[in-house]
Parts: sequence; C-alpha cells; structure tokens
Amino acid sequence: MAIFNLKINGKVHQVDVDPSTPMLWVLRDHLKLMGTKFGCGIGQCGACTIHLNGEAVRSCITFVDSIGDQEIITIEGLSENGDHPVQKAWLEHDVAQCGYCQPGQIMTAVAFLKSYPNPSDEEIENAMDGNICRCGTYTRIKKAIKSAAVS
Amino acid sequence: MTTAKIIIGRRSFIKSMAVAGGGLMLGFSWLDSYKPGTDQELIMPDEWFKINAYLKIGNNGVVTIMSTNPEFGQGVKTSMPMVVAEELDVDWKHVIVEQAAFNPEIYTRQFTGGSQALRQGWQGLRMAGATARQMLREAAAKAWNVPVTEITTAAGVLFHKNSGKKAGYGEMASAASKIPVPKEVELKEPKDFKIVGTTRKNVDGDKLVTGKPVFGLDVDHEGMLITTVAIPPAFGMKLKSFDATEAKAMPGITDIFSFRTYKDDYERNFFDTDAFTELIAIVGKTTWEVMNAKQKLKVEWEPFSNTSYQVGGFGGRTQTIKVPDGLESTSDHVARMKEAASKPGRIVRQDGNPEEAFKNAAKIIERTYTAPFLGHFMMEPINFFAHVTDDNVVVEGPTQAPEFVERTISARLGIPVEKIDVKMTRMGGGFGRRAYNHYATEAAVISQKVKAPVKLVYNREDTTRFGVFRPTYYVTYRAGLDKNNNLTAFHVKAGGIPENSLHANRFPAGAVDNYLAEGWTVDSNITVGAFRAPGSNFMGPAEQSFLDEVAETAGKDPIEFRLDLFKRAQENPVGKNNDYDAARYAGVLELVREKSGWGKETSNKNRGVAAYFCHNSYAAHVVDVVMENDQPRVERVCSAIDCGIVVNPGEAANMVEGAVTDGIGNAMFGEMTFDQGSCEEDNFDTYRIIRQKDAPKNIDVYFVQNEIAPTGLGEPPFPPVFAALANALYKATGKRYYHQPFIKNSF
Repeated sequence: MAIFNLKINGKVHQVDVDPSTPMLWVLRDHLKLMGTKFGCGIGQCGACTIHLNGEAVRSCITFVDSIGDQEIITIEGLSENGDHPVQKAWLEHDVAQCGYCQPGQIMTAVAFLKSYPNPSDEEIENAMDGNICRCGTYTRIKKAIKSAAVS
Repeated sequence: MTTAKIIIGRRSFIKSMAVAGGGLMLGFSWLDSYKPGTDQELIMPDEWFKINAYLKIGNNGVVTIMSTNPEFGQGVKTSMPMVVAEELDVDWKHVIVEQAAFNPEIYTRQFTGGSQALRQGWQGLRMAGATARQMLREAAAKAWNVPVTEITTAAGVLFHKNSGKKAGYGEMASAASKIPVPKEVELKEPKDFKIVGTTRKNVDGDKLVTGKPVFGLDVDHEGMLITTVAIPPAFGMKLKSFDATEAKAMPGITDIFSFRTYKDDYERNFFDTDAFTELIAIVGKTTWEVMNAKQKLKVEWEPFSNTSYQVGGFGGRTQTIKVPDGLESTSDHVARMKEAASKPGRIVRQDGNPEEAFKNAAKIIERTYTAPFLGHFMMEPINFFAHVTDDNVVVEGPTQAPEFVERTISARLGIPVEKIDVKMTRMGGGFGRRAYNHYATEAAVISQKVKAPVKLVYNREDTTRFGVFRPTYYVTYRAGLDKNNNLTAFHVKAGGIPENSLHANRFPAGAVDNYLAEGWTVDSNITVGAFRAPGSNFMGPAEQSFLDEVAETAGKDPIEFRLDLFKRAQENPVGKNNDYDAARYAGVLELVREKSGWGKETSNKNRGVAAYFCHNSYAAHVVDVVMENDQPRVERVCSAIDCGIVVNPGEAANMVEGAVTDGIGNAMFGEMTFDQGSCEEDNFDTYRIIRQKDAPKNIDVYFVQNEIAPTGLGEPPFPPVFAALANALYKATGKRYYHQPFIKNSF
C-alpha cells in the first residue's frame, strides 16, 4: 500500500492503495466516483474513459502510480451543472438507451473535439471506434458530436 | 376504437365494453388489491398524496409516477409513465418518475422480456391515470357542490365552466386521495392523446450524461464488502478441490469459501438455467483486491458425469433436463448438427401434400443456413448487491426478472418471500441475459455466510464464460415452384443445439398449399437462454434470405413476391393457427418500399429487403451496402415498423436504430466458439461487437400510423435486418450468405 495525492476534478484527493491499482477502481471503490464505468478491464471498450491532462485514457489500464501530478477529469468533473456542450448535445439527441457506455463516449468525444473542432464523419468514426455501445446508438453519437462541434 | 382483451396479472381481470358515444368504459377490480395506508412500499413525504399504487400528487401539483418495470435501455421508464400521465391529464413537465421496487401485491408483470411491457401494461397504465383523474374530478365536484360530469380537466387543472371555478390537481389531491376507487372509468380516444405519440426524452438522461450512480455496479452501502467468484473454466467441468492459502493472505481479503447455488433437492424454475452451481467466493474490501486474490487461488476442476435436474415448467408441469457430460468443441457441434439434420425430424405442422407437390414441382430450390452460439456482452458486467440478516433480505441490482430473483433466493435461504426485498437498478444492457439471475442468489448466499452486505462483481471474462448463450442453429429450407413460378410447396426443417428455433405457424405457412415444418435438437451441456428475439433471431434471417433467393429463381421482385403470398394468406389462408396478420405484414413492406424508393433508380444498387413478424409487431428493412476497400459498409437502412400506437416516437426510433445496428453487428461478426468446453472468446479483444466504424451511416425509421394498442418494439426490428443485409451483400458481391457470421465466412 502507498499514499497518493491525486488531482481529480480540481481537488486533491489522498488515497492509500496498492500502487498497481487501476485508476478505475481508485475512482469507483475509494473515491466513490461511480460515473467512470467498468466494462472490460483490458482497455478494449472505452466505458472507463477519463481525461489525463486533457487526453482521453482508459482508466482500467492506467495505474495509480503512473499519475503523479497529472490532472484527472472524470465525467463528474466535466462541467459544474451537466451543461458541457457535449453533454447538452447528448441530451438534445436523446442518445442513451441503457446509458452505461455514455460517460465514456462523452469523455472520448470531448477530448477529440478539442483537437478536431470541425470533424468529418470519418474523423468521428476513427476517434470513437474504441468506445463500444452495445445498444447500438452510434448514429446518434455521431449526430451529437456534430451538434456539439457547432456550438 | 380498438378494444383489447384485457387480463392484467394473475390477480385481476378487467372487462371492457365499448359504450355509446365512443368512449371505452372499463369495469375493474384490479385496484381493490391496493388498500391506502397499508402499502409499505412507498414512504410518502407529508406533502404527497397517494392516489393509487402508480402515482402520488404533491400539494403543488407535481406528480410522481412509478415506473414499475425493469429498465435496460428499452425506454420503459419514460414510456410507461407517459401512458399514466396521458390519462391523468397532466403536463409532462410536472411529472417525476421513480423506479418502483418489485412488489407483486400491487404491480403486475414486473418483467423485461418478450417485448411485452407496453403491450401488457397498456390498459393498466391507462386506468391508473384515468382512475386518479376521475377521483380528482369527484373531489372537485364535492368541494364545489356541482355534478362531477361538469368537471373537466386540462394539463393538471380542474375546471367547472358554469361557475368559472378552477383548481390545480395539487389543491384537490388530499381530498381525491380519500375518494373511493371508482368502479368504472372512461379512457381517452387516441385522437385526443397529448403525451402519447409525442417524443419525450429519457427521464434518466441528465443522470446518465453526468455519471450519476444509477446502475447495479454503482450500488454502495455502509459496511459493504466486495465479492467475486471463481467459476469452472469449461462447460462439462465442476469443482474438485481448492487451496486458498496464498489468496487468503492477499491484502484486503476477508474470506474465501466454496458454496452451492441451489439446494440438492431444489426444483429449478425456468430462469434458473445454470451450468455452474458450485463456486468459490472471494470476499474482501475492494474490487481490485478480490480480483487479484482470485488469480492466486489454486483450484482443481474435474469433468462431471451425465446428470439431470428438475425444472418446474409452466402450468405446474415438471420437466427433466438432461445434461450430457463431455467437453464440447465447435467442430463437434457442426458435425453433430449435420448428422442430426440428415435424419427425419419431428413433424410439427403439415398442410396439403408436400411430398406430392415437390414431386410435381418444375423447380426445387434447397438451401441450408447456420448460425453460431452468441454471447450477450451487455456492457455492465454481472453484479448484484445482497444483505441477508436474521430478519430479512435486501437485494439490489440489474435484473430483468425480479420475481424469479425473489423465488430462487427464498428457496435457497429458506426465507419467505415476504421478507425479501428486491430493488431494481437501471441495467447496463440485458438482451435476455439478465433474466437468468443465478448471481443474485450467489450474492445472497455469500452475504448470509459472511454476515455482511456484499456486492458481487464478475469480471468481463467470467460474465461471458458463465454462458446462457444464444443457441447455435441450423435450418434447411426447400421450396417448390410450378411452371408458372408460383410457390406450391414449402418445407422447413429447423434444428439447433440444444434447442431449435422452429416457429411452424409463421409465414410462409398459410400462404402455401403444401407446407411441412419439422424440427430436431441435439443435447449439450452448454447453457443457453433468451437472446433478443429468441428463435426469431435465426429464423427471420434464414427464412427471409431464402425467400429472396426463391423470388429470384421465380423471376420476381422480392417485395412483389412476398406481397403476392400475403394476398393469398389474407384472402384464402391455408391451414389453421397462422400466427400473423397478413395485411399488417404487407403494410410494413409497402411502407418500406415507398420510403426507401425501392425499384426506383438510385445511386446504390446494392439493396436488400426483408420483413419479419415476431413479438406481436411487424418490421421491414431495406439495407443499402457499399463496398469500401473490398469490405462491406452499410450506407443506409430504411425501416418500416408496425407496433400499433407508438407511445414515444423519438425513443422508439432510437430502439429501432439500436436493433438494426445490433443485428448488423451480430450478422457480420457475432460468434462464440468453444474448445474443449471452454469459450474461445471472452472479452472485447476476441469477441467482435459492432463499433462506430462498422455501424450504418444512416438509419431512417418510419412507423405505420394506426390506433391499435401498442405491441413490442425491442425485439421485432432485430431479426429481419440480418436478412436485408445478406440480401444486399448478395447484390454487392454476387454471393449468397448462408452462414453467420458473414465477415468470417466470406470476406
């Protein structure tokens, strides 16, 4: 076990965990931030996507001892009132079915739009290909990303 | 006005009768089971007035409507309360939706499966709203001393026109809650609907996009331990012995022990399908710690011998299920199906003289279709919370079948159902898998043993490996055409492991003079169960691919060919028990023909069409494929659906889009294979689920407009899209696609 001071959503959180613990479980089990989802545990589905210094990363394969003083943002910290343009676009298009993958989809989309403010369909497909939606809401995800890009 | 036969739940019967003036009057007894004040399920704040089990009204006019069914993405948490709100006549903006717990004393059919929620809930939900509205009107009539017939309502306000009096529902809620439940009540005409038929967004939308804890895996309670289980590595294996010394010494681990999910003499119910009944529990403080400790367990597994168990069937019948021993592989399955298919099957339906008709046919076409086992791969891994004390049991988590959770736990722990509380969380997908709730019982057994609240969490690999797969299927179709290219004989022989998917009374039964349907099965120890549109998810694809080829052989347009058959089935049906309405079936084909511009010059000539009926609804698709670097990509899907009244069109369209995408994904990629009883694919790196780059570029959904009471939507659009895709791929590549998954077997 070791003590880590983690910058998450603008605050410093101290945790005492095994250094090999993935951030996914630090967030969920230790800090009770449940918005980051467990899907596969091997970085293949995107449900656990968080931002590390603004980059989208898979928290299930990002270990706590690799974080240092890098800034983590989770779905809970994306906006104060759930009104980030991407979150609003998701609601506008009523994207979710079961909704389980959507925090990860949103986190990937937000990071992507920073680099590609006016994305083409192909760029969206490439960027979002690592996030599985088992309910099959892909066409709505694409529309929501385009709406968010405009706003 | 459409009237439906109404039977709601096991406790209540509602008779319906059309009355002069066009309204539907309902006499009913179903609310009698609810007695105000005795319901412990919902604790009212002081300012709430409970009108019935489905709704309460605050003194400010805000209405809480209970969502009674389990939500797994099909949208019932929004659509079912919309129906209540419609008849209550309130502004949807003033409605709060709350998930109800399982409570068979006051709610009916709290089950997700078979696309039945709105179909079976429709009249009951309407009456819940209409009854409350009637009680509010009576309260106002009493307060204003005027006849109740003169009280009207609009958007949560009561009016008396002659005196100019008006009052919000909140002002009358207290008085209304004391009015006796009316014996009959008038329901709205569909043309007067203000909420039903308009798009209302997901009531959990805000929570989902902000990451609020709404799923089973998010459940967290004071003093809760985390547990996971070790399961046999293969079907056909069971626990022999284990050594937990090293694992127990791992940080955070509090307990490791083996347990049995069922008692030895337990008669299982239909949803107790379960290959692995003796497991090892690893209990500890955090998820990562228990998952790590599991890696350190030293376990010996051994093959089991032929066995059997009792399953309580429907109607009190008990069935014996045989489980053969052995470690099965996909290559064996293929060989065993081929062998079984070569022998006579069990004849389920015969019309005319098929043998003679085939003898006289000018052309005979015979084709065999196959599909592999499929895994559900719902995004949220298996989990459930349980807290068992000496006094009661609380379980909470994702389940499609809370009634069976309660029953099985009751039998296992010997605790009466009255002392078991089942709470339903939003499910991160289900697709049928979460009707099989062995994991809820496992959590309860573990909680009882460790005397603490526990949350059971499976990793992804074991979520897959625990099985309950879609069976593998095999079907041979044979069609006979006369010299004028009329379909004169049709033969379907359907098999599978361990079930077949034969629906003998479905189209084209009823449209062909000489028809033969037979089936066969092969035993297996691989557990199977419901998977989105069970059975139909293979028969639809196979039948509709076959008919495309038959139409081509007959030199007819595939839509025209089907419409001719529906005309026959409508005008002069063959045989009895045909389970479809030929006019509605034809209706979706006509609508998809119009909306897709079928037969007109388009830039894309790689089009395929298919239609299917299952779960009481009709669906047709036209799929357009383009080839990009020799790989197929779906450019557009045009869907036409007849599911009666569409309660929430926007979310209904979302459901169809999802079913289309899911169908294309499973048709192209879905495949669970076995080697010596062990799953060869157990996570998203090996099992291919459709992703953004494979998804259709556009999906356009159209609904047939009618006033028929709603029927299912989660399943019906799924089966036909496989076939529309296969038929489009044929146009694109010149090859027919007989064996799923198409990508592996063709590209």
